[in-house]
Amino acid sequence: MTAGANGNRASRRAGIPLIDGIEKVTGRARYTADLDQGEALVARIFRSPCSHGEIIRLNVSKACALDGVMAVVTGDDCPHTYGVLPVAMNEYPLARGRVRYRGEPVAAVAATDEQTAERALELIEFEVRELPAYYSSDEARAPGAVLLHENKPGNLEREVHHQFGDLVAGFAAADIVREEQIHCAEVNHAQIEPHACLADYDPLTGRLTVQSVSQVGYYLHLMLARCLEMDTSRIRVIKPFIGGGFGARVEVLNFEIITALLARRATGKVMMRLTREENFLTHRARPQTDIRLKLGMRRDGRITACECEVVQRGGAYAGYGIVTILYAGALLQGIYDIPAVKYDGYRVYANLPPCGAMRGHGSVDTRHAFECLLDRMARELGLDPFAVRRTNLLRTPTRTLNDLTVNSYGLAQCLDKVEQASRWHERIGKLPRGRGIGMACSHYVSGAAKPIHWTGEPHAVVNLRLDFDGGVTALTGAADIGQGSSTMVAIAVAETLGTALGRVRVVAGDSAVTPKDNGAYSSRITFMVGNAAIDAAKKLNAILSEAAARKLDARTEDVECIAETFRVGPQGQSTIPFSEVVKSMLAERGPVTVTGTFTCPPEAQGGKHRGGAVGSTMGFSYAAQVVEVCVDDATGLVTVENVWAALDCGCAINPLAVEGQIEGSVWMGMGQALSEETCHVEGLPLHASLLEYRVPTIAESPPIEVHIVESHDPNGPFGAKEASEGALAGFPPALVNAVANAIGIDLDELPVTPDRVMAALVERRRQARLATARGAPA
Amino acid sequence: MPETSQARKRLLRVKLNGRWREDAVAENQLLVDYLRDCARLTGVKTGCDGGECGACTVLLDGVAVPSCIMLAVRCEGRSVETIEGLARQGNLNRLQRAFHEKLGTQCGFCTPGMILAAEALLRRIPKPSDVEIRAALSGNLCRCTGYVKIIESVKAAAEMSS
Repeated sequence: MTAGANGNRASRRAGIPLIDGIEKVTGRARYTADLDQGEALVARIFRSPCSHGEIIRLNVSKACALDGVMAVVTGDDCPHTYGVLPVAMNEYPLARGRVRYRGEPVAAVAATDEQTAERALELIEFEVRELPAYYSSDEARAPGAVLLHENKPGNLEREVHHQFGDLVAGFAAADIVREEQIHCAEVNHAQIEPHACLADYDPLTGRLTVQSVSQVGYYLHLMLARCLEMDTSRIRVIKPFIGGGFGARVEVLNFEIITALLARRATGKVMMRLTREENFLTHRARPQTDIRLKLGMRRDGRITACECEVVQRGGAYAGYGIVTILYAGALLQGIYDIPAVKYDGYRVYANLPPCGAMRGHGSVDTRHAFECLLDRMARELGLDPFAVRRTNLLRTPTRTLNDLTVNSYGLAQCLDKVEQASRWHERIGKLPRGRGIGMACSHYVSGAAKPIHWTGEPHAVVNLRLDFDGGVTALTGAADIGQGSSTMVAIAVAETLGTALGRVRVVAGDSAVTPKDNGAYSSRITFMVGNAAIDAAKKLNAILSEAAARKLDARTEDVECIAETFRVGPQGQSTIPFSEVVKSMLAERGPVTVTGTFTCPPEAQGGKHRGGAVGSTMGFSYAAQVVEVCVDDATGLVTVENVWAALDCGCAINPLAVEGQIEGSVWMGMGQALSEETCHVEGLPLHASLLEYRVPTIAESPPIEVHIVESHDPNGPFGAKEASEGALAGFPPALVNAVANAIGIDLDELPVTPDRVMAALVERRRQARLATARGAPA
Repeated sequence: MPETSQARKRLLRVKLNGRWREDAVAENQLLVDYLRDCARLTGVKTGCDGGECGACTVLLDGVAVPSCIMLAVRCEGRSVETIEGLARQGNLNRLQRAFHEKLGTQCGFCTPGMILAAEALLRRIPKPSDVEIRAALSGNLCRCTGYVKIIESVKAAAEMSS
């Protein structure tokens, strides 16, 4: 971002570098793969070479007998399924009886070195009786298809049928009704740190310690206990530095449980490091999605009805699938005022690596279809893309038809910001040939208001410790995976206490020390953990203020702490330093630990209809963006020249981190829009490396001008909402709309690769020739 | 690739972060494995299956190279610098400072390689243009930042006196 764009920032706050940034720039930060000092055994996984089949024979005796092999485990070692949703745990860490995708873990070994482990894998004898395998949603849903899971007819993991409002009246009121089919390729998180896990089992004490790349240590803890039949009290899960997540590590992953199984069998320490290829096989990312979308619109641009069918090819196991297919429908709402919405969703099983949650979970592909069709209908009616969106803005506060609460709504300001910054009206329709601009809007939840593991506990807890050293230690289970959540906690605590940021230390993600947290997903941490941190700091402040009041001979309510000094009176007539107050407080009551909590109230937890909890949140972020492209009609290459993005995050607690999150999410949307795609041939991944899976490099990444909008959510911490996901979904449609503006072709498939653009250009030329030929005789 | 038991070992003499050292290394050992496993310099990261991501970038005689597709024995008598060697006497190197202050790092996994690739650039071209920065860092993937603040960080570092 440029300095000029910085000047547009609405926030009054200063940007704070990450509190763990020094470790990262010096190489001192220890990620999971860095933790072993050479004493751990090396683990490798034997994976199914077959997409679908019954296991006839699995013989690991030769592998076991190999010198240097310390443990071998198979499906026989774990008769328990694992997963996220209690209703949809249909996956074993190691296949039992049947394999359902190529690359599914079947057995695993731990050996003294990598070469021995690899050789042991070669000695494993594995035979299957092949079953028909399905690689597309259509094949898997066809009548007579073999079922991947006996209890799931039609190979459907979940069907969703939601209807809100009067659809017939809505379409009848429309001046135009248009329908499109949009296809989005499967994409992958491609976080730069490959998966890794270090498990240490002590047979003498019966205790297991696992350090892993998990975004949700709590889920991992629960699933380790379940799969290893251990008491949770004998397990410790520690989060080291984590090299990105983007949803890849929200689910408990098979290799994490396998590593623990190996450690217990080997009675020692085992390190599992997956290759990049294995990362793609582990997958759990955004599914291939087919969307049929129908919108009704009045001549003035007002949307009258929306009908949407979504088919997601979910892969071989349930994972997060139910949530993904529900999000895809639920988040049709909450951004515009639509009087009638019908949604039909189908989550399909196929013989491919399981999909899961990825940044903008469930919402991205449907938002893409919606914003593309909205633009096309606006164009047909001669309406400006900005105007048509303004016509459909929500009036807030409100509840949507599907019972989502919207308390704060900065979308109108986001539109204003990017419209001005991109000089939209000066440029639209006046750009040279091959150049175009397009825009789109998007939104996302600030945390799922109803946790998946519903236990009745608070939705977030932060403990603050204060002892003789005068340092405030914030204990949180929230996983900082690079997004800066620990820094956010430190700022929230220091600001509430009135102390220097340096006085606050954050200890995150160690089940032996930190309170339980639902983890880094659905952009919940700032809203929920931020509120819990403020709550804890207020409680600590109350205790300190009492001690200060006694020292200052004043009433507690008259005391406040500013810049590490407790003071009384409007001019601060009498003061006492923070450190003195701490000493006095310690003398009175000893070291203190306070607990702050946050819970989303029931009215924010969604509607009563089936699946109504998904999409519910305390506050949505809103984003608008303009993308400028250059299209080479000789090669079909689309180059992104500029991006202007505005996001309403309620309040930027740390504007530097908010900018970073907006830039990163916009850019990740660009990858999905332009080049990222995982394809398979007979179940074999074609793009299982970072050369073949085309993440944009710095060379093709454009400048991104960021504008922060602050709508001050009434319930957010300092008014804040999420900032990490909301802007992603707007990029693909803004790009496709820009390509349409540049070359006059509406593309219906993502990613917009040169071959797809060329195919569309060639088809247009062919149609033009046909039209000329047909017209010639007349 | 692992160090194999069959592979012959050779004595490797290398100047590592300014200090000469000697180690017996297998002839087929990769530089990244030598640095991580033998010299315990875990700031050198492995992010891919070989030459794809740039996370393992180190400086070999001042030139940025991916250490995952380089044999350790190729470095005989040469200078190797890793991220651990950049901060001197308790002071961050200018790129480290800029990446920290400007949020050129988020998750931090690509950061050591990214900073070293940028260090090689600044030694060659003290005031690089946008195009030169993009060219020099095009072998280093980052999944968090969208590269915007990485470019800002490199520019800011170039403005600091070295």
